[in-house]
Amino acid sequence: MAARTKGKQIIRVAENSPMKDLQLKEEIRSDTTDKSDGTILEVRNLKKHFSLTSSMIMQKVVGLIKAVDGVSFSIRRGETLGLVGESGCGKTTTGRCILQLDRPTSGEVIFEGKDLTQMAGTELRLIRPKIQVIFQDPFSSLNPRMTIGQIVGEGPSVYKLVKSRRDLNERVANLLSIVGLNPSMVSRYPHELSGGQRQRVGVARALSMEARFIICDEPVSALDVSIQAQIINLLEELQERLGLTYLFIAHDLSVVRHISDRVAVMYLGKIVEITDRQELYDNPLHPYTRALLSAVPIPDPVVEGNRAPIILKGEIPSPLNPPSGCVFHPRCFEAKEECSREVPELKEVQPNHWVSCL
Amino acid sequence: MLLEVRNLKTQFFTPEGVVRAVDGISFDVEEGETVALVGESGCGKSVSALSIMRLIPDPPGRIVEGQITFRGQDLCQLDRERMRKIRGKEIAMIFQEPMTSLNPVLTIGLQLTEALEMHLNIKAVEAQKRCLEFLKLVGIPDPQRRLSQYPHQFSGGMRQRVMVAMALICEPRLILADEPTTALDVTIQAQILELLKDACRRLHVAIIIITHNLGVVARYADRVNVMYAGKIIESGISRVIYQTPQHPYTLGLLHSVPRLDQPRKAKLDPIDGQPPDLADLPQGCSFRARCKFAEEKCAQEVPPLREFGQKHWSACWVADRLTGGAK
Repeated sequence: MAARTKGKQIIRVAENSPMKDLQLKEEIRSDTTDKSDGTILEVRNLKKHFSLTSSMIMQKVVGLIKAVDGVSFSIRRGETLGLVGESGCGKTTTGRCILQLDRPTSGEVIFEGKDLTQMAGTELRLIRPKIQVIFQDPFSSLNPRMTIGQIVGEGPSVYKLVKSRRDLNERVANLLSIVGLNPSMVSRYPHELSGGQRQRVGVARALSMEARFIICDEPVSALDVSIQAQIINLLEELQERLGLTYLFIAHDLSVVRHISDRVAVMYLGKIVEITDRQELYDNPLHPYTRALLSAVPIPDPVVEGNRAPIILKGEIPSPLNPPSGCVFHPRCFEAKEECSREVPELKEVQPNHWVSCL
Repeated sequence: MLLEVRNLKTQFFTPEGVVRAVDGISFDVEEGETVALVGESGCGKSVSALSIMRLIPDPPGRIVEGQITFRGQDLCQLDRERMRKIRGKEIAMIFQEPMTSLNPVLTIGLQLTEALEMHLNIKAVEAQKRCLEFLKLVGIPDPQRRLSQYPHQFSGGMRQRVMVAMALICEPRLILADEPTTALDVTIQAQILELLKDACRRLHVAIIIITHNLGVVARYADRVNVMYAGKIIESGISRVIYQTPQHPYTLGLLHSVPRLDQPRKAKLDPIDGQPPDLADLPQGCSFRARCKFAEEKCAQEVPPLREFGQKHWSACWVADRLTGGAK
């Protein structure tokens, strides 16, 4: 039976094929390094500073881009943390630092009890399969010279997760049908697929290593509205069936709200607010969060007719030259005198609701 | 009526076949109003705008049929010279990617004054003054200094403001804004759109806003035209379209978009499948393959636009079966 994109039929196909995906679930459930409170990832005071040098030869540091400037949060097993912010806020760099694609300048990234920043070489390589990533651009994140089958099978093949060629083919076929693609597509190349299909390949690739934790870096931004909904549904369904944990990085607040359990808002390298999804939208405390929420137009003219959007002054500052004190103060409509001098700390001002604002 | 488009057909002649990018669309724009052209990628909305501006590259594209009547003149019948006098002066365009639509080797000042010189014959001091006036209008701080800077010295939001200034500077009657804020951050998007709305209201300029963002349309458009596979499949007043859509595609779009102001649904309701190949359109209704309500008639005949109430048009054989309403 061919796999289809309709939700119900995915399950039917997967259940008929060899029980690989059920096995996936067993392995995930029997994790022995689980901390008792269910925290899978803890990021502590993460900083990533990029130095600007004056020339290639002299290497004199003339500036510092504080892309991520002291970010802390934790994610529990099975939950989705949304990381939201506009360009330059550091959300993608945060994701890359967790993956160790960029090595942090300072801070700790504790995954299943182990600090990744202290690891290198073989030790790190053994952990890598457990944290996977789905990238934003379905056009550039797939190697155009590899077939879909090769792309999805590369990880398990390199890490020798399968014993034979036949097992590898079976796993790849299974993964493709789990994400709603026809397994006969194994021999196609990325350029033969649509954007939505390519993104499904990205999801299949992320699942191929049996990771429990997946970082989704703007996975639907490059897709059309109707295809976005398909991919979002797929991600949610997979989370439920396979017990996945997501860090969902995006700038689209409506999408983040839909898929996340908790949301963290970033601005210029810092987290300005972090709380439950519902709380963030019902009761935003930080002025930037409020402005961000009001800037998102709602697809309903009647509702929109009654809204008065908060329009921020000015531009997003450059991380090369961040404002003094609270980084948001030059654009803040509630800024006071001390905001330009003091840097606010992230404090729990209401149960489970953290804000950094004076 | 400021603009009347009637049965516009634009096609691209490629080795793979004839691509029917715009396949017979008709719509109107009145003075000062904001009309939206909504649809996903490949539906033909950008090509429609480029057709109105007569900017379709020939070869491989061509307007093969239709009339575009602007202030009583059919733009399709105009020769190059006369069209050039209208383009930039009476009808202006704002593009999506401000970096590629601004000339990177010319200063902002030069680019702004170019239009003034060409269309309004305003030169030198007078032109400078007017440029400054419009840079201030679009909210660019320190405009005097900015005039002699190059596009790469501006941020994305700033560049788009310059584009808005360029569009307004000759005081056109109509602006075509093609996804003007899609490439920008949310808070900057809000700034630019508010600015455009204010400026156009003040100067009584009509806007055709082309986008796939249903929220932007809800906030800014008076009337909406929904496009799919080169055709307008639904058209009407914004409020009516959102509350009682009369086409399965519109209904599907509204249901597949997560909304900030509503309780989180268990699942989104996406439209299955993908848009059709414009070089190989199916017989009958182009949306049939993805439609939950399709009947046999839909596979045989292309549904025409029919009126379903005051100024509410839909091209669907089964529109009466829709329970309607965006939930």
